[in-house]
Amino acid sequence: MLRLENVGKRYPGGHEALAGLNLHLAAGEMAFITGHSGAGKSTLLKLIAAIERPSYGQAYLNGRNLSRLGRREIPYVRRQIGIIFQNHNLLDDRTVFDNVSLPLVIAGYEHREIQRRVRAALDKVGLLDKERRYPVMLSGGEQQRVGIARAVVHRPPLLLADEPTGNLDPVLSEEIMHLFEEFNQIGLTVLVASHDLALIERMDKRTLCLDQGRLLPERQQGRTAG
Amino acid sequence: MNLGIPASLRSRPRERGRRSGGGPAPAPRGPARVGTRRLGLFGRCRAWLVHHLQAMFNTLGRMARSPVATLMTVAVIGIALALPTGLHVVLQGARTVGAGWEDAARISLFLRKGTEEMEIRRLMRDIGAMDEVATVIHIAPDVALEEFRRLSGFGDALDLLDENPLPSVLVVSPDGATPELASVLVERLGRLDAVERAQLDLEWLKRLHAMMQIGERAVLVLAVLLALAVLLIIGNTIRLSIQSRREEIVVQKLIGATDAFVRRPFLYNGLFHGVFGAMFAWLLVTLALLSLAGPVERLAALYDSSFVLSHLGPLGAFGLLGAGLLLGLLGAWWAVGRHIREIEPS
Repeated sequence: MLRLENVGKRYPGGHEALAGLNLHLAAGEMAFITGHSGAGKSTLLKLIAAIERPSYGQAYLNGRNLSRLGRREIPYVRRQIGIIFQNHNLLDDRTVFDNVSLPLVIAGYEHREIQRRVRAALDKVGLLDKERRYPVMLSGGEQQRVGIARAVVHRPPLLLADEPTGNLDPVLSEEIMHLFEEFNQIGLTVLVASHDLALIERMDKRTLCLDQGRLLPERQQGRTAG
Repeated sequence: MNLGIPASLRSRPRERGRRSGGGPAPAPRGPARVGTRRLGLFGRCRAWLVHHLQAMFNTLGRMARSPVATLMTVAVIGIALALPTGLHVVLQGARTVGAGWEDAARISLFLRKGTEEMEIRRLMRDIGAMDEVATVIHIAPDVALEEFRRLSGFGDALDLLDENPLPSVLVVSPDGATPELASVLVERLGRLDAVERAQLDLEWLKRLHAMMQIGERAVLVLAVLLALAVLLIIGNTIRLSIQSRREEIVVQKLIGATDAFVRRPFLYNGLFHGVFGAMFAWLLVTLALLSLAGPVERLAALYDSSFVLSHLGPLGAFGLLGAGLLLGLLGAWWAVGRHIREIEPS
C-alpha cells in the first residue's frame, strides 16, 4: 500500500524534517506514528498526502510514485486517501451532510448514491441524527467524528489521521481510536500520527517512532489484532 | 462532560463480532472505486454535467444570498455596457438618416455661355432620358442671379456688373445613386459639348460620412475601454470571492478536488455577473430610447421625416448578451488563473 525508500525532506533554510526513511505499510495494516513535536510526523503525513514532495528518495502509494507526481495527478492520489485532521477542517457554512458528501461530490457520484453513502458513513460514526446541523452546533468530539465520516465516505484504501485525538478527553480519544480499528477490520489501511503513548500502548498495534526525522528501530509488538 | 455520544457508537465493539459472522459491513469494503478517472465515458460525461449543474446552482444561490453586493456589481457592469450600446444605437439611427440623404445628391451642369434656348431644351430631353437620371431642372441665369442676390447679400455689388455673369445651369438628380455611381454619371455628363463644367454636390455628404466614421471609431474606442473596465470589475469581484473562500478551497483540494472543480463555481460567478450585467444594460438602453422617442419624433416631424430611433433588435440583444457572457467568463478566468493555483494546502 505504502512504501518509502530512503525518503528525506529538507526545507529551504536547511532544516531536515525527515532523513533516510524506509517504511513499508502493507494493505490492511494499521500503524501508529509517534514522536515528539517536530520529530517529522506531520511532514511524513504531508508527503503521503502529496501536500509536500520528498527532497530525495522514492515514495510509492498503491504503486504510484509520489516523488514524480504531476500537478494534475495530485487530486486523484488524494482521493485514495481519507485524511483526518486535528482541527477537523470542516466547512462551517455547510451542514454536516454537505461536509461529509464533499468527497463524493468531487468524485462525481450521483445524488442518490451520495445520500446512501453519506448516511452509511454518518451512521457508522453515530451522527445520523445530526446531518442537518452545522459544525458549530456540534461538540468537539462530534466534529471530529464528522471529519472521520468525511474521510471514509468515499471508501479510500488508506486512512491517514494527524493527531485525531489531540483536542479530546481520554474517553473520547479511545472511542475515536476504536473507530479507526473498526475501519481497519473492514479492510482499510490506517496510519495514525499521535503522541498519546498510553493510548497507543493499549491499542497494541505496530508503532513507528520518529525522532528528529529518523525512524527508530521498531519494537516487535503484538500485531495479532491487526 | 456529556458530548452526546449515542448508544449506537458505544455498542459498536459488540456489534462488530456479530457482523463479522453475519455478512459484509455497510461502509468501506473491497477495493475502492475512487475518482472519476475510473468511470466509463458515460459516467464521466454525467459526472461532468452534474458538476456543472451543481456549480451553477451553488453560484446562483451564493449570489442570491448577498443580493446587495451582487446587484451593485451587476449595475456597474450594466452601466459600462449600456454606454457604448446606447451610442451605437444612436449612431445606427444617424446612419439611416444619412442614407436617406444620399438620394439628395445633385449634379450641377454649368453650360457654356451663349448656349441657345433650343439647345438647352434638347439637352434636357436627352439627359432626362438617361436611365440613371431622375429629374432635370433648368435654372436660367436671371433666376440664378435673383436667387444669389437674395441669399448672398451682395445685391448692391451685383448691380455694378454690366451683364449677368452666371451661366445657365441644369440640376440633375441621379436616380437612387450611390456616390460612386453619381461620380460616373458626372464624368459622362461632363463630356457633353454644351457642358462647360459638371459638379457633383457630394462634399457635404462626404463630410457627413467622415464625421460618422469618427463617431463610429469613438464608440469603438469607448466600447473597448469599457469592456476592459468590465473585465477588471469582474476580475476583482472574483478575486475577492476567492480570497473569502480560501479555507474552503484548501479543504476541497485536500479531499481531491481538481483545479477544474475548484475553478468552476468562480467561472460561473463571473459568467452570471456578465450576463446579468448585459441584461441590465439592455434595460437601461431600452429605457433611454423610450425617453428619447418623443423628442426624436418631434424633431423628425420638423424635418418632414418619419424617422424613428430603432432599438437593438433581437440580433443586437443577443450580441450584447454574448458580449456580457464572454467578458464575465474572461474576467473570471483571468482572476481564477492567477489566484486558485496559489492556494494550496500546507
